Amino acid sequence: MAVIFDFAVQGAQMLMVLLLAPLLTGLVRKVKARLLRRRGPPLIQPYRDLARLLRKEVVLADNASWLFRVIPYVVFAATWVAAALVPTFQSGLLFSWSADLIAIIALLGSARFFLALAGLDVGTSFGGIGSSREMMIASLAEPAMLMTVFTLALIAGSTQLSTVAAFMTSNEVGLRVSLGLALFALTMVAIAENARIPVDNPATHLELTMVHEAMVLEYSGRHLALIDLSSELKLLLYVSLIGCVFLPWGMAPSGASVQALAIGFAAYLVKLAIGAFLLAVFETAIAKMRVFRVPEFLGAALMLGLLATLFLFVSRSL
Amino acid sequence: MMLTLALSCIAGLLALSVLAVASGRSPVTMRIVYGASLAASLVLLILATTHLLGAQAPASVTLPLGLPWVGAHFRIDVLGAFFLAVVDLGAAAASLFALGYGRHDQEPERVLPFYPLFLAGMNLVVLADDAFTFLVSWEFMSLTSWGLVIAHHRVSDNLRAGYVYLVMASLGTLTLLLAFGLLAGPEGNYTFAQIRDGHPSPAVGALVLILVLIGAGSKAGLVPLHAWLPLAHPAAPSHVSALMSGVMTKVAVYGFVRVVLDLLGPPMWWWSVVVLTLGGITCVMGVLYALMQNDLKRLLAYSTVENIGVIFIGLGLALAFKAYGMTAAAALALTAGLLHVFNHSVFKSLLFFGSGAVLTATGERDMERLGGLIHRMPQTAFVFLVGCAAISALPPLNGFISEWLTFQAILLSPELPSWGLKFLVPAVGALLAMSAALAAACFVKAFGVTFLGRPRTPAAEQAHEVDTLSLAAMFCLATICLAVGILPGLFMDALAPVADLLVGDRMPMQRGVEWLSIVPITDSRSSYNGLLVFVFTLLSGSLAAFAIHRLASDKLRRAPAWDCGYPDASPATQYTADSFAQPIRRVFGTLVFRAREHGDMPAPGDMRPARLVVDLRDLIWEALYAPAATAVTNVSERLNRLQFLTIRQYLSLVFGALITLLLVLAIWP
Amino acid sequence: MRGLSFDVAHLLAGGLVLVSFMQLYQDRLSALLNMFALHALVLTLSVAWQAYIQDAPHLYVTALIALVFKAIVIPIALHRIIVRLGIHREIDKVVGVGATMLLGMGLVALSMVVMLRVTADADPLAREDLAFALAVVLLGLLMMVTRRNAVSQVVGFMSIENGLVLAATGAKGMPLVVEISIAFSVLIAFIVIGIFLFRIRERFDTVDVQALDRFRGERS
Repeated sequence: MAVIFDFAVQGAQMLMVLLLAPLLTGLVRKVKARLLRRRGPPLIQPYRDLARLLRKEVVLADNASWLFRVIPYVVFAATWVAAALVPTFQSGLLFSWSADLIAIIALLGSARFFLALAGLDVGTSFGGIGSSREMMIASLAEPAMLMTVFTLALIAGSTQLSTVAAFMTSNEVGLRVSLGLALFALTMVAIAENARIPVDNPATHLELTMVHEAMVLEYSGRHLALIDLSSELKLLLYVSLIGCVFLPWGMAPSGASVQALAIGFAAYLVKLAIGAFLLAVFETAIAKMRVFRVPEFLGAALMLGLLATLFLFVSRSL
Repeated sequence: MMLTLALSCIAGLLALSVLAVASGRSPVTMRIVYGASLAASLVLLILATTHLLGAQAPASVTLPLGLPWVGAHFRIDVLGAFFLAVVDLGAAAASLFALGYGRHDQEPERVLPFYPLFLAGMNLVVLADDAFTFLVSWEFMSLTSWGLVIAHHRVSDNLRAGYVYLVMASLGTLTLLLAFGLLAGPEGNYTFAQIRDGHPSPAVGALVLILVLIGAGSKAGLVPLHAWLPLAHPAAPSHVSALMSGVMTKVAVYGFVRVVLDLLGPPMWWWSVVVLTLGGITCVMGVLYALMQNDLKRLLAYSTVENIGVIFIGLGLALAFKAYGMTAAAALALTAGLLHVFNHSVFKSLLFFGSGAVLTATGERDMERLGGLIHRMPQTAFVFLVGCAAISALPPLNGFISEWLTFQAILLSPELPSWGLKFLVPAVGALLAMSAALAAACFVKAFGVTFLGRPRTPAAEQAHEVDTLSLAAMFCLATICLAVGILPGLFMDALAPVADLLVGDRMPMQRGVEWLSIVPITDSRSSYNGLLVFVFTLLSGSLAAFAIHRLASDKLRRAPAWDCGYPDASPATQYTADSFAQPIRRVFGTLVFRAREHGDMPAPGDMRPARLVVDLRDLIWEALYAPAATAVTNVSERLNRLQFLTIRQYLSLVFGALITLLLVLAIWP
Repeated sequence: MRGLSFDVAHLLAGGLVLVSFMQLYQDRLSALLNMFALHALVLTLSVAWQAYIQDAPHLYVTALIALVFKAIVIPIALHRIIVRLGIHREIDKVVGVGATMLLGMGLVALSMVVMLRVTADADPLAREDLAFALAVVLLGLLMMVTRRNAVSQVVGFMSIENGLVLAATGAKGMPLVVEISIAFSVLIAFIVIGIFLFRIRERFDTVDVQALDRFRGERS
């Protein structure tokens, strides 16, 4: 019986991330528009976009290969699985131990690897520019992310997200410089990975300034819908990750009652809303960087991650 | 019994080369040589696997060969069995591939005699149990592989590659000779059993470590001793490149492990500092070099350098933990390193086979002249993609498992008492993470430019799929990549006796863990389940595909590429290998390679086109190899004069030498 | 309470090192000055916290001096100077950001290893403060070495001084007299340097210190 309930909760989590992801993007867009004194599209616009794209036919470039048609599904599946493994309203889900934080990052890495290949498949110059820049950004963002993971893992003694979240709610944590630095670094990486301003502009239509959008330029119809949904899932994943590690309050422990789950869910929604609001404010306040400023930005994130690890030894040596 | 069988297989390989010399260049010879090599390596593979899985007691044999008062000692223990399995898996795959691939060889008589000898040499190194046999087999392996490197001797670069290789191999053997000389001591204890009991002093131990790092490290390709590797590996025929890159570098790792972790006794903590630093530098430098290459095979060779770095990081961690008596952690680090040895031998062989297939299909190794091969060679493209994903450490394939284990070992480093190591290990971890991300970029480039896009030359346009046997070899290896990726526990358990032998402890058994996941330390600390991740990804992908095709739309229309409305230009407007690497070259290359871009504008009136020129400088070559080469040239020119002396001058030289020796004797206390 | 007071002290001292890094990252002069003001502000907070937990009222004076002079007066004055010199948008760098940050990481690791080893049995609070302070001093020196502009060198110099103050407060306070005299000497040094800046500018039309080297004939 308990196993069936656990299965149900895990399934609910998978469905929930899928359903909430477009809403989060819609919320960010809405807040951004309001900050610019525009009315902005309705919150459910991303759902409508997806539905519209799904119904449209796919226009495939003449020389696109089988790989090009498979990749949207691969990218979507990898991102969805990764997003479903991050604790949201409850920690210690049934399958949460099947991949730890490092594996989740690697799953996102798989998605990026295949997306970059898709950019090269049709053989146009825009696809190539997108892929090559995406890989350049990844080459710094991934180590920075892993240094953050190191810091968290060394503090909590685990790379398992549920354990980390449980540790963060306990009293042993205290105020630590390392945690602050890790939060900084993780936020910078999240901004870069999700192609947000100042690294990339998700709303631009000027080809030479885009990275992610240039890579997926040749996609249309249901393929594009999957790719868009994957990027929305990825944004949700990073917000949930930051929420789960740095604001773990309200999350239901494993095997909690339905009531605790409801509280956890409400807390999760609040965290998402806060994340969306802060992201929108940040994006409105800052201008996009030149592409070759990005390495410095991410290099700083990497340094912060390393510094966080170093500082850990000072406070640990008590 | 088993060992005797193994040795007779090796003897069979030696006999095979005599046959190959005798019977010349008929296609039948080719089939016999490769077929028999395949059979012999399969037998050896089965022997090694049963020994390893059964964790059998070591067996030894002494043959009356070699030095009369020593004899030739052979022994198989679990460590040897593991490396024997790695060697013969690679050898079997290469022989199978060569059964198809070898038909396209222009001069088979220059390859066939050396091929079985090379296999025999690698097997003998792993089985040798005394210093003399080890060194002789090592040199035998080097020389036969040198013969294969210069097999295509009409290409001038290959001769230079062979020359550099020969020099570096001699240097390596020389340092190993000195190392074993130190280990044997004045009493001449040449057998490994005697050396093991000999407990060298710390100073001797340190010296041996440095010498072995130079000797085995130069064969494995540790930076800065890697210079010969990217020249020599691509020069050989592709199946031999696969063997050299995938397998021979592992034999070098075996040499290092055997001496440092087995023969030298308890390690000092600072040894690990040296090994870790070299490993970290090697993995980042290797992958950066690889990213700058446009030659597919050379890119793969540089990527071998990177993976050797990853392996040495694992070994360095094992040394560090072992030095402080943290045996459980040492077992984890060692397992990570050895598993990467296995994984790399599999996917690197696969990738070299793929490059060989591309070479037969198009006659090109330069990626700038390929493109669009996925349409013409769909199966090769598929397996090559699997190899690329595996080497980029992407789940659910095997490369990820060993890197994940290495990261888990790195996360145990704060328990180390030494402050230096506490700070060094996370920094090495950052280097490892960076090299993994860069490797992904590198293999996006390798696969994307070669197989995707549009064909850049007529040769690429008219490519054709390769033969079934070559494909079979590649598909076998790709299956192993997936198998290790989704069932890593089985392979980690197989390594437990090796860890037990070398560091005196083993990782927790993975066989009993629920759902076939792996738990390196404890549940609450970290766990990973490749099978579930694979099944989940597969299920959600197919679910999405099914739902969308069923409920939404499955209509599809072909049209010219959109490309933001620009009219379709020639394939030359695609992103090339160079342009793909440009952002990374700009970020990392300005520091590491002193990369400079400048426009070469013709003078007004000049008709030649303007060009963008990129200068890359290999600083290691300039700082280390070029001065050494110049010095050697200078010295030999000086000594050259000795050839043109009069008889009186020669006599006075001899006389002078005699007097000096007598004087030394007189002064000697 | 003991845990919290330690954590806050640790946080503030670590913050100081972080701000030093942020100084290294900035390549525009006006942004650099803002960072310097932030540096002084964090120092103020850190010293004030030490005053609170050590119950040493004279440290409040130190904090006040840091706040008034280093966080307000000097940055504003330097801002004025660079605006008057017309170099407030100038970018100034000898070694690239990445390399500088890497060097900086190395220095931080070095200072920690040295301090934690040397003072193995000291009070943990003082020990960490010392480690961080040494890191801040080294980073300040690094800034002076890697920058060419005289104004950034002044900032580097001032952050070294901040590091020294951090060290002194961590080691159970220092006499107020010493602190005041240091503050004044810094102020005087600042005035002297300010005057020099104008003189250099008048003569060479730039505040790039390389121009001085050229004048001395050190570089061709």
